[in-house]
Amino acid sequence: MTSIELKNIEKNICQNVNLLISDKELMVFVGPTGAGKTTLLNIIAGITKYNGSVLIDGNQVNHLSPNKRGVGYLFQDLALFPHLDVGSNVAYGLRVQKKDENKINSRVKELLKFLSIKHLKDRYPKELSGGERQRVALARALAPYPKILLLDEPLSSLDPTTSKHLRIELRRIIKEMRINAVYVTHDLTEAEKMADRIALIDSGQIQQVSKPQDMIFSPESTTVSDFIGTPNILTCDSSKVLEQGLIKLKCGNISMLLPYEGNSIKKIAIFPPDIQVTTSKPSGPEVNLFRGTIVGLELLTAVARIKVQIEDNTLLAEQPIETFKQMDLKLNKEVFLTPKLRRLRYTTTES
Amino acid sequence: MVRLRPGWGIVPIVIFITLWEAIARLNLLQGQNLLPPFSATMEEFWLLLKTGILSENFLASLIRVLIGFFIGSLAGIAMGIAMGWHNFMDKSLNPIFSLLYPIPALGWLPLFMLWIGINELLPIAIIFVCSFFPVLYNTITGVKNVDKSYVQAARTLGASDLRILKTVILPLALPNIFTGLRLEAGMAWRTIIAAEMVAIPTGLGALLMRAESLIRVDIIIVVLIVLAVMCLIFERFFAYLEWKITKNWG
Repeated sequence: MTSIELKNIEKNICQNVNLLISDKELMVFVGPTGAGKTTLLNIIAGITKYNGSVLIDGNQVNHLSPNKRGVGYLFQDLALFPHLDVGSNVAYGLRVQKKDENKINSRVKELLKFLSIKHLKDRYPKELSGGERQRVALARALAPYPKILLLDEPLSSLDPTTSKHLRIELRRIIKEMRINAVYVTHDLTEAEKMADRIALIDSGQIQQVSKPQDMIFSPESTTVSDFIGTPNILTCDSSKVLEQGLIKLKCGNISMLLPYEGNSIKKIAIFPPDIQVTTSKPSGPEVNLFRGTIVGLELLTAVARIKVQIEDNTLLAEQPIETFKQMDLKLNKEVFLTPKLRRLRYTTTES
Repeated sequence: MVRLRPGWGIVPIVIFITLWEAIARLNLLQGQNLLPPFSATMEEFWLLLKTGILSENFLASLIRVLIGFFIGSLAGIAMGIAMGWHNFMDKSLNPIFSLLYPIPALGWLPLFMLWIGINELLPIAIIFVCSFFPVLYNTITGVKNVDKSYVQAARTLGASDLRILKTVILPLALPNIFTGLRLEAGMAWRTIIAAEMVAIPTGLGALLMRAESLIRVDIIIVVLIVLAVMCLIFERFFAYLEWKITKNWG
């Protein structure tokens, strides 16, 4: 059993932070840049001074150095030692612990094999790709058998495709290792895919701690709602499973046809940027197409927010400002809305 | 761009020597004593070697440079690490060293002559000063430039300050330290010659002064050639060492 507890933590922007992370939980700290996410991570690691208490397994560890807290840390820039080859980088923590050289070699071998980077053992960091460097840094952090793995935006420097692939793998590895992990990101999608629970942090305060879908479907404050992008939440009154592997949902006056995956859908979240707005009716079947009237327009720096009334429902859509300018949209104008189905979120519970 | 074959660098030297030989032989400069032909200079070089005059003076200079440079660099590296690593040391000593650094090494000569006297320690002390400050400042820069995230990474892996210094800071500061060593290796030769010319009766500098008083341009040129070659060898040696150590990761 390994739990992490933060009690009345104070450091820079973070004031009176309290949080309990359960055994083997993958907690994701999400929030805007400068919110205090990395500060909290450094506090758990013990690499920065702070007021308050950090408890690991119920024991206060304020006086303990990072290695004695049993944490492994994956830094944002990975911080692989450039003058050491992959094998020596991974072995660094074990050599510090003065482990037997045979044991070190076998642990390094085991981790490199586990992370599919055995062939890179003698290479130097500058000879590795972004994804390979990420795996090496992970192997180095895991080598001394940490109880807690801390990850500070480790995928932020990778291209979107590699990042998407690696986050799936990272979650698998963390779960296979059966350790606690705290993952920092500013990307909500990444947080949703990785987390058992998400802690949304803004201005040094924990705004909400909940499961990813609860964060989206039940934001507890406007700060949370604003950060996650004020999704349109549709409550489904009835559903009907069709024969072609589809399910027909009735959410107020809005009807939708979605792929049926065996669960009854209770709520749907559609994010404003994921709704296509057109002034003329798109060609093709009239499925998942909503006709409505513009009842509100808000011009921001990069996007225009368009509020559309569809009978009793109101949906919020977002268009890039350039596209908006070309569309000649104004109040009371009739428009057609098409949600991007692949980007919909739904919940099968009532909460 | 024209691509030159390896070894092309020898061609300008051959042309230069040929021109030198021709100008001297054709007596294009007034007074042959002012520019002896290259061949005659080489004959003198051989004679100086055979009689042991050149090797004796060369060895005297070499030993002074090696000892002064070694101790000066070592002290510079040690002090540089301390000042780069500990803010307190840096804040305390930097004001003093900043005042002393701009003084040319030869500027210390009169003071050292009075303090130390004219003996073997004098040129070594001058070379020490000449090597110490540049190596010190390059080491401080090297240590301070080591990315703090490497230090944090080592710390989370349990490394003590001393271990971080040995296994992270020092290796990563090496390129900077070598830059200091490479620059000062040549400078040490230039300084020892000047010191020997002014205050020491032995060594290549003293040989230069004696040749000047005898108007032996050939000997002067021989010593200058030796000096140029030694500066080059020293600088190249440290450049090679730096390449050898950092080639995989630098």
